[in-house]
Amino acid sequence: MFDWFVKWFHRMGSPPHFYRFAGRWLPWLTALFTILIIGGLYGGLILAPTDYQQGESYRIIFVHVPAAWMSMFIYMVMAACGVIILVWRMKLAEIVLSCSAPIGASFTFLALVTGSLWGKPMWGTYWVWDARLTAELILLFLYLGIMGLYGAIDDKRVAGRAVAILAIVGMVNIPIIHYSVEWWNSLHQGPTVTKFDKPSIVWSMLWPLLVMALAFKVYFVISLFQRVRAEILHRERNTRWVEELVKS
Amino acid sequence: MSLSEFFNMGGYAVFVWSSYGLTLVLLVLNWFLPYQQHKQNLRKLTRQYRSGQPRQETRSNDSRS
Repeated sequence: MFDWFVKWFHRMGSPPHFYRFAGRWLPWLTALFTILIIGGLYGGLILAPTDYQQGESYRIIFVHVPAAWMSMFIYMVMAACGVIILVWRMKLAEIVLSCSAPIGASFTFLALVTGSLWGKPMWGTYWVWDARLTAELILLFLYLGIMGLYGAIDDKRVAGRAVAILAIVGMVNIPIIHYSVEWWNSLHQGPTVTKFDKPSIVWSMLWPLLVMALAFKVYFVISLFQRVRAEILHRERNTRWVEELVKS
Repeated sequence: MSLSEFFNMGGYAVFVWSSYGLTLVLLVLNWFLPYQQHKQNLRKLTRQYRSGQPRQETRSNDSRS
């Protein structure tokens, strides 16, 4: 079992193999994403009932919360890549880390903007410097910092190791974001789904939220695979397999 | 629920629809730009190899190379 995993891990780490693997999966993932996003939007915008306190404005939740979850999820993927880079020097992990950063930054930006668009009608302000919002803003700067650092170093092997360290150090921010609403007084509401107790949200609102979250996850993989394929081609432009691929 | 009621979002139309609009823009961009980049890289390499430029030999199949 473990042996099989090691073999799989090494095969996945080979750029030509991953290039073909991603190419094969992209159409299926796109189909899955289309189904999920249509279902999630239909459930969230049409089937889910009006909130008794927040009226229709709460429907921002169906993009805000999945985007915020993605902002943390993608960062954790990057930190995991960082560990793989430092321990095994795997080239593909460097590519995945650097290609994840712009997608993570987009979702973090989206979480911040949709949050403030929700905050204005509900709290009366677009922005407050409280713990949850500030920590999420720091996450955006971490993503931008990783993108900048990776772009600034010409030797991509060195750049990969540098962003690996930054990604791992930045992990301290993730639990801070998650627990900020419990540790500090915040305008931001507490968790309604990710807690050990029963989720404090009705099923008709919860399922579209979970479907949207799943759709965003699949979307991340689609965007990542696309980016990784472009980057692999660029990095491996002088190899025989790319020459054969291009000529065929 | 009528269509105009749906678009009005109980008076919160500006906030709700700009949230969904921005989501749409970001999702389209993060799909389209990498897609285009990949196609562009393929085209560039095709031109390069057709014009007969020799490639510099580098190792390929090793995940650490």
